[in-house]
Amino acid sequence: MDTLYLDNAATTPLHPRALAAMMPFLEGKFHNPNSIYGPARAVRQAIDEARAVVASAVGARADEIFFTGSGTEADNWALNGTLTASPEKRHIVTSSVEHHGVLYTCRALEKRGYDVTYLPVDSDGLVNPDDLREALRPDTALVSVIMANNEVGTIQPLTALSEITRRNGTPFHTDAIQAVGHIPVDVNELGVDMLALSAHKFGGPNGVGALYIRKGTPVFPLIYGGAQERGRRAGTENAAGIVGMAEALSLTIGEMPHEQPRVTVLRDQLIAQITKKIPHVKINGHPTKRLPGNVNISFRFIEGESLLLHLDMQGCCASTGSACSSGALEPSHVLTAMGLPHGLANGAIRFSLGCGNTDADIGRLMAMLVPSVERLRAMSPLYDDFLRKGEK
Amino acid sequence: MEYSQKVIDHFMNPRNVGEFENADGVGTVGNEKCGDIMRFYIKVKDGVITEARFKTFGCGAAVATSSIATEMVRGKTLQEAVLISNKAVMDALDGLPAAKAHCSCLAEEALHAALRDYAQRSGVSIEGLKPAQVKDHGH
Repeated sequence: MDTLYLDNAATTPLHPRALAAMMPFLEGKFHNPNSIYGPARAVRQAIDEARAVVASAVGARADEIFFTGSGTEADNWALNGTLTASPEKRHIVTSSVEHHGVLYTCRALEKRGYDVTYLPVDSDGLVNPDDLREALRPDTALVSVIMANNEVGTIQPLTALSEITRRNGTPFHTDAIQAVGHIPVDVNELGVDMLALSAHKFGGPNGVGALYIRKGTPVFPLIYGGAQERGRRAGTENAAGIVGMAEALSLTIGEMPHEQPRVTVLRDQLIAQITKKIPHVKINGHPTKRLPGNVNISFRFIEGESLLLHLDMQGCCASTGSACSSGALEPSHVLTAMGLPHGLANGAIRFSLGCGNTDADIGRLMAMLVPSVERLRAMSPLYDDFLRKGEK
Repeated sequence: MEYSQKVIDHFMNPRNVGEFENADGVGTVGNEKCGDIMRFYIKVKDGVITEARFKTFGCGAAVATSSIATEMVRGKTLQEAVLISNKAVMDALDGLPAAKAHCSCLAEEALHAALRDYAQRSGVSIEGLKPAQVKDHGH
């Protein structure tokens, strides 16, 4: 049974050309790039070239890109490093629909005495710039708003938000981990001071990410040690990972002009098929300001995990919201912030399409989904109650 | 998190899904907020549970515990049925992941809710019957 992989927002398969680019650094070119001899200088040069590729992919300068061990580390660094650099400032503004990498960092900072304002979102998951304007205080150290949400795919109006912070010089960070490689990202158009990205979301390897830090933004290190990354992120560089990330990013940016519209069409086909063939569903997230591959749907009267298990038994990989919270009992904080009642939030499934998916996959999924939803509804007491009320 | 083969079997091929037109006892427990709702139906003859059916909204563990509980009560006297613990339900499924242990409690509560309903309707008393929980939907 061929696996039907529809969980590209959790992680993507490693691109064969990224793997090929990595191999020399896993085999012969093992040398520490911080050493002085010739073979080490070759590794250093490969890292520098990769930095230039990643920088140009997001419209930054090479000396504004710092490699990290993950996107989550980049988020942690942006928040903690900014606060450490401005100890007199005690307030953070973020959204109520952040990935856990930012959300749980903020919760930890609250325990350390910081004030955090969580901006509300509308029913599509969008932050209102007026709410940001009202939330800013003289002691606001930074604003962090996710560029594109990992669960529902909603793309935030970052340019409008960063215009507000720019006026009083408050640093603006964005978690762009779901966006980079999928939609155009330019740090100057967005007006952001920091931006986190992660290689394994666009065909690169796990275990490597990057933080963009605009020149002049005060950010202290998160990790101390050697002088790697110009003294701002210690730890011997993951040369293979960094080279693999740059290769994958370069490929995905090159393919974006045709892949972005192609995947968007697939997404809209899937949404149209589900809403046509399955009654009592709700599409979560914005209809158009949405990541090309994201489909998040609540199936009324059934619980998300039971549907995922059914799909799993038929070889389909999908997710309930965030991959990180599978196994959690709490309904998604993102769907709850968007005002979904618990019943609908518990029945939400995320299908995330990627470059490996075709329209044949949509047909395969529908052939599994329709009978699975019917079977689970047939055993649902909530569906019984609904039918009885309907008859009255 | 991994489910045992038995949980997967009872989830994919649930036994005794449905209801009875003339059930002798019906009990519903749980709520949408906690993510699981179980409704248990029993038929009773001469103090013995002859058949049980269920409808469940919930995760794989919730469906599996409901399914196996309907098998476990069949042929039991009311007095025997009341002694089926959540641990017995869990053991019968070769265990549940720690995060899902509460589902087996829900199965026990659903059974007790159905037995309470029967006891009330027929005026019999069953020793060891647990009182209704606040979160009961009632019937």
